[in-house]
Amino acid sequence: MKQRIIVVGNGMVGHKFIDGLLNSNAAADYEIVTFSEEPRLAYDRVKLSYYFAGSTVQDLMLTSETEYQARGVHYTLNDKVVSIDTASNQVTTASGRTESYDKLVLATGSYPFVPPVPGKDQPHCLVYRTIEDLEAITASASVSKVGVVVGGGLLGLEAANALKNLGLQTHVVEFAPRLMAVQLDEGGGQLLRRKIEALGVNVHTEKNTKEIVAGETCRYRMNFADGSFLETDLILFSAGIRPQDELARQCGLAVGERGGIVINNSCQTSVDNVYAIGECALWDNRIFGLVAPGYQMAKVAVAHITGGTDQFTGADMSTKLKLLGVDVASIGDAQGRTPGSQSYVFSDGVAEVYKRLIVSADGKKLLGAVLVGDVEAYGTLQQICVNHMDLPDAPEQLILPAVEGGGVTMGVDALPDTAQICSCYDVTKGAICCSVQNGVTTLSGLKDATKASTGCGGCAALVKQVMDSELVKLGVEVSNNICEHFAHTRQELADIVRVKKIRTFDELLDQHGKGLGCEICKPAVASILASYWNEYVLKPEHMGLQDTNDIFLGNMQKDGTYSIVPRIAGGEITPDKLIVLGEVAKEFNLYTKITGGQRIDLFGAQLHQLPTIWKKLIDAGFETGHAYGKSVRTVKSCVGSTWCRYGVLDSVGMAIAIENRYKGLRAPHKLKFAVSGCTRECAEAQSKDIGVIATENGWNLYVCGNGGMRPRHADLFATGLDDDTLIKYIDRVLMFYIRTADRLQRTSVWLENLEGGLAYLKKVVIEDKLGIAQDLEDEMTSNIANYQCEWKTTIEDPQKLKRFSHFINSAARDDNLAYVIERDQPRPATSEERALKIPLIELVEN
Amino acid sequence: MNTMTATAELIRESQSTTWTSVCEASDLIPDTGVCALVNKQQIAIFYSGRLNEYFAIGNYDPVGEANVLSRGILGSIGDHVVVASPLYKQHFNLRTGECLEKPEHAVPTYAVRIYDGRVQVHA
Repeated sequence: MKQRIIVVGNGMVGHKFIDGLLNSNAAADYEIVTFSEEPRLAYDRVKLSYYFAGSTVQDLMLTSETEYQARGVHYTLNDKVVSIDTASNQVTTASGRTESYDKLVLATGSYPFVPPVPGKDQPHCLVYRTIEDLEAITASASVSKVGVVVGGGLLGLEAANALKNLGLQTHVVEFAPRLMAVQLDEGGGQLLRRKIEALGVNVHTEKNTKEIVAGETCRYRMNFADGSFLETDLILFSAGIRPQDELARQCGLAVGERGGIVINNSCQTSVDNVYAIGECALWDNRIFGLVAPGYQMAKVAVAHITGGTDQFTGADMSTKLKLLGVDVASIGDAQGRTPGSQSYVFSDGVAEVYKRLIVSADGKKLLGAVLVGDVEAYGTLQQICVNHMDLPDAPEQLILPAVEGGGVTMGVDALPDTAQICSCYDVTKGAICCSVQNGVTTLSGLKDATKASTGCGGCAALVKQVMDSELVKLGVEVSNNICEHFAHTRQELADIVRVKKIRTFDELLDQHGKGLGCEICKPAVASILASYWNEYVLKPEHMGLQDTNDIFLGNMQKDGTYSIVPRIAGGEITPDKLIVLGEVAKEFNLYTKITGGQRIDLFGAQLHQLPTIWKKLIDAGFETGHAYGKSVRTVKSCVGSTWCRYGVLDSVGMAIAIENRYKGLRAPHKLKFAVSGCTRECAEAQSKDIGVIATENGWNLYVCGNGGMRPRHADLFATGLDDDTLIKYIDRVLMFYIRTADRLQRTSVWLENLEGGLAYLKKVVIEDKLGIAQDLEDEMTSNIANYQCEWKTTIEDPQKLKRFSHFINSAARDDNLAYVIERDQPRPATSEERALKIPLIELVEN
Repeated sequence: MNTMTATAELIRESQSTTWTSVCEASDLIPDTGVCALVNKQQIAIFYSGRLNEYFAIGNYDPVGEANVLSRGILGSIGDHVVVASPLYKQHFNLRTGECLEKPEHAVPTYAVRIYDGRVQVHA
């Protein structure tokens, strides 16, 4: 007979418990039943803010109904457990269902605390905890201009970032005298405030909200106890959490004075077969509002139920995170409350860095630390602190910059094997080393093998250090070299080319490399040479360095044919041109598809057909879309004010102007733009390298967003711009990027690595801090003047056309190509179809 | 279209000599490849400028299952002179035809020479 376990609540910790129990050796002995009042199973609440950065609900999910079904978990959504009878071991749900249990696990989590302010229950007064809350915030923001977050703690600042990204003028109101009062000391809090204010978020500390009344310039006015007030359209309460312990109270379990279900070291409540884990649980009179301790409790509860001996003995509350782009970390006793403790403080007002170490009275042990602006030392310090390791003789070196004789890291070798490196998944140094010994050599491999660094990701740098150090011990060389032919990084090669004025790959290989080169270093060097010496990339001495896509000005598909992508600026196309595309596709039997960038790709063109096809397209007024190059791709647009009832400005006109201005521009990586005609943002401009959104006051410019594999929400760069200023800023941002980014570095990564970040970029572009704005614009002007349609140049040059033939000695075509018709269009036949001789279509002879 | 004539000439030539001329030596840009059709076989021919050496292998990429190897980038891996398939970047040894990453796949190799200023293949 299986034991029946009911888990109340399917949040992160509830799910962790279920997952842990299912993975235990005794899994077969238990039947698991879980209830969630939310409409979906567990999702990653820690990454909630990613939702605003483009993640979907699906991305955030930690499991799925299919997975639960497959693993035999009985789950009920949208139904809340409303009462427990601990005498008869039964629970009853809101819908009236009664279920009995052998063991009950309460993982009810917490709810956001909303201070009892008169007026708090009006529309547009919201909280930040569930996906439904985020949907409400997005909806409210679309009809708001100003937003206030009540609460300047960790969650409050995350919420402020969300409001800012939604385009609201954002304020943070905090009752305490500083931000993140729990985690930071005064110095750290002050610097964080300065940095956040520099990003355009207004911070108001020591404000006690008295009431929320109707506003004059905005929807509401918040009146504060000191007589001041603030006008706002949206209010987001993020003033801390309270344990969700209502059920426990109602059935008589012991709860703390200020809430929380009392548990012992085995996570049992005052009734033996009832457990509580996560934010609803009170251990040693403390609530743990982070996910890692919740996961530990889940693990302990699983152990206790299955006969293990694990105990919960408190948790390290150290945190490291990026709030509004500012790096912040807090370790242990960050405020120096331990009697007799001493401090080391490093503060650099210019670089905006603040670091403080709190050490024991004898100076030998690290009790805590605060880091703002530079958190590189976090991994080392946190390990020293939680493992009670001895400090070096001059502990200040741990926080001093390298030039001052600091920059000392303890070195991961000093850590014991038991040191917990990833707290989200409880992965120790020993476990990482073990994986490496078993043959794992990459960070992604390590993530798959151990799950380390797949939670909050804060430990990634440390995980890599442990891995590298173990690889070195095993005699594996850890190398950042571009490939076996050059003992240099990509960036170093670029510097060598520039400084030594090297003009060809052979010259570089002779002086700095070995072997013949390969498909990694050759294209990289080609792009370095092109960017410094601006030479035609298909000159004979450079030809062999290029990928086939660059040589044949098309993207090679899986069967060796190429795609044809003409430019359709702004996605606007006349019926006549559409007909030409259709006729050409029909004549050459090409598969056609509309792309995400609002243009039309034609697939299946054979090498010898490319010039003929392009000639027809060019004669009809098309030009190359540069889909094969690291250059400007598309400017997506919505239809804008010319047709749309809601359009504020002519987004299509602007998109076409922008696309025609920057077409052909070579960059470190591909560039995608978009222009939306109003804040409904139908063109999805905030996921692009350059995004433009029309408002009643002019254009808002967003920069450095990204879709694709690693999405990043674009940052609001400037607001209310006229046409000329908009173009001027885009010119400068793009040229600055092209000049300073690494090869193959997208704008998003470039900005994240740019010292000083967005604020610095604004200073360079808007305030012309470096005095280079004119140069950047001139360079762009000359680049634009040099534009040529590469396909037009190619079809006019008989010499160049010679390459476009499958055979050098015959005009025959590749006889291996075979196609089948699917949904009325050709596609390459699969090997099975070839083998079975499924009717293949005849290729036209042209 | 003069395909038929060209092919017919090629066949006559190969029957008479076993070496088939495919193009002028000057048609091969250093460190690039071309594809030639010889006796209905597709042959990828490469010229390494650094080694001043010619190579000929089958043009069919057995991993990507397409006739593309002549369009790959020439290079070396250790001591092996290789071409990287433009599809999935596996390396094929130009001297032995062996696929370095997937030894179970190999491509044929052919003798190649320069004769009277022309590139000739023995296939």
